[in-house]
Amino acid sequence: MTQALDINDLTAHYGSTKVLEDLSLSVGASELVSLLGASGCGKTTTLRLIAGFLEPTEGTIRLGGRDLTRLPAHKRDIGLVFQNYALFPHLTVLENVAFGLKQRGVASGERDKRARAMLDRVGLSVLAERLPGALSGGQKQRVALARALVIEPPLLMFDEPLSNLDAKLRVDMRVEIRQLQRANGTTSVYVTHDQEEAFSISDRVAIMNAGRIMQFDTPEVLYQRPTNAFVARFVGFENLIPLRTVARDGEMVTVEAAGGAQLTLSQERFGPIPDAFTLATRPDGLAVTPEAGADGLPATLGLRTYLGRAYQYQCETAAGHLVANGALSAPLEPGGTARLVPVPDQCCVLAGTEL
Amino acid sequence: MTTRLSPALIAVAALVYIFLVGPLIIVIGASLSDTTYLTFPPQGLSLRWFEKIFEITAFRRTIVTSLQLAFLATGLALLIGIPAAYALNRYRIQLPSWLSTVFVLPILVPEIVLGFSLLKSVAVGASFPIFLSLLIGHTLLVLPYCVRVISASLASFDFSIEEAAISLGSPPAKTFFTIVLPNVRAGVVAAFILAFITSINDVSTSLFLTGPGVSTLPIQILAHVEQFFDPTIASVSVLLMFLTVAVMAIVERTLGLTFLAK
Ligand SMILES: Nc1ncnc2c1ncn2[C@@H]1O[C@H](COP(=O)(O)OP(=O)(O)O)[C@@H](O)[C@H]1O
Ligand SMILES: [Mg+2]
Repeated sequence: MTQALDINDLTAHYGSTKVLEDLSLSVGASELVSLLGASGCGKTTTLRLIAGFLEPTEGTIRLGGRDLTRLPAHKRDIGLVFQNYALFPHLTVLENVAFGLKQRGVASGERDKRARAMLDRVGLSVLAERLPGALSGGQKQRVALARALVIEPPLLMFDEPLSNLDAKLRVDMRVEIRQLQRANGTTSVYVTHDQEEAFSISDRVAIMNAGRIMQFDTPEVLYQRPTNAFVARFVGFENLIPLRTVARDGEMVTVEAAGGAQLTLSQERFGPIPDAFTLATRPDGLAVTPEAGADGLPATLGLRTYLGRAYQYQCETAAGHLVANGALSAPLEPGGTARLVPVPDQCCVLAGTEL
Repeated sequence: MTTRLSPALIAVAALVYIFLVGPLIIVIGASLSDTTYLTFPPQGLSLRWFEKIFEITAFRRTIVTSLQLAFLATGLALLIGIPAAYALNRYRIQLPSWLSTVFVLPILVPEIVLGFSLLKSVAVGASFPIFLSLLIGHTLLVLPYCVRVISASLASFDFSIEEAAISLGSPPAKTFFTIVLPNVRAGVVAAFILAFITSINDVSTSLFLTGPGVSTLPIQILAHVEQFFDPTIASVSVLLMFLTVAVMAIVERTLGLTFLAK
């Protein structure tokens, strides 16, 4: 029953405004892929295109062997879970869950049996006869989940399903969703603006910005090896330092930052270094050392904050404002000077110097 | 903590109550009077003025016409108004903002003007039969109320509910009847009642459109009062009131219940 989803060069407009551009995405059978990005970047639009509530201007959507692109929404056989639950207010919990089976012509006895079994799986069988109005947010979302799962769709899609729940429940529910998805092996697309949620629940994550996918990878790769400045910033690489190569000596490369400060980087440890690039680091990837004359970017230390495991310094350099962490054992005084040294395995070399 | 009602507030409430209910009591009282002239309080009790209504052919005929007109006009207005209100709300973002105003515009036009322009264009211009002209007039008259009231209840309807149903395999047209309509039932019932009352009580629009042989009850009452001053008009008013209340009750029940039954 599990099928792969293939989206090719999808472009979509609202009126004359382009909201998606040449978006391509492949979701493997049984895989859970998240679309992650700030509000307004086109996540919901992508889901609506796949669900069939919106027609793309260009591109194709295929599920398994079927071309869905021009198929009406009610024939696509896709399970949807919405942010605001979207339960049918005038139907009981059981009738809500049985709704999809009814549309598929499943006889009423069988329908009830399967709906109840599904309610049982989400732990709500005791609420079967209630109306949705009498449920809590978490219960409503479980009903919505049961309603989408009971039709055993080849594709399940979630649009910010946990946004309306409180923090604790959000974490519980996402584990629950992942377990159900794993158990059924349903191919899934999950939309969220919450990085932790996306990374914790997904096999792969597509980070989106302004209607495009910026990087599509496993959470581990995204977190450690962003390939562009947008994704780097998104996953917490606060320092983006544009650099230019000025000399090469075997595997050692001398680079220069704005303002003229030079660093010598080992390609063995930093990876291949092009002529013009951006070095991205988290505060932890920039060591603060007091010695003058050492290899590093000269900086004036600003505000110092205590993080428990380190001190964090706001630093002013000729290459701009940077944030670096220094050892607890050697606190430095704000106002003094220091050198900032990139830590090899905590830095990413990004092609280009455009930020 | 107890809140003490201010005597002034009680007085105002009582006054409002008297103004609202007073006329009803006077009309009902007058209709029961045994006298041959209109008087209140009634002198002697009798139902003969109710019997009298049905002895007058014009009343008998116009009651039927008014009821037919009210039901048909309300039905037509709902048939147009429900899809219109749906479209206005469903595609609110895509549609120009002035469009919803267009459907409310007729409320701003004095009813007399509506009647007169219809007389010119439909009754005389297109020489439509009188009943048809009346029907067009009444439909136009009540349509804005239908669109308005149903829009109000659709405004709080979450259209992702409709999309959920479609994604589960329910075709859009069917979804409208099984999912959308049951959730705006209250609006439809309210629109029906409002439209029905507006139509059955209308004088201004009908005045221009009634003609030889075809009239409505309020117009007939008007004609009757010009000649007679007997309690018939009181009793016919009471009859009109009860007819309206009965229709309201039936609509509440049936429309409410059919929508509930799935
Ligand atoms: N119905 C609509 N009409 C016009 N523009 C829309 C509509 N829905 C969304 N948009 C615009 O399209 C862009 C993408 O929206 P959306 O896909 O909802 O973003 P997200 O779900 O990532 O927050 C946004 O700029 C939004 O303003
Ligand atoms: Mg969204």
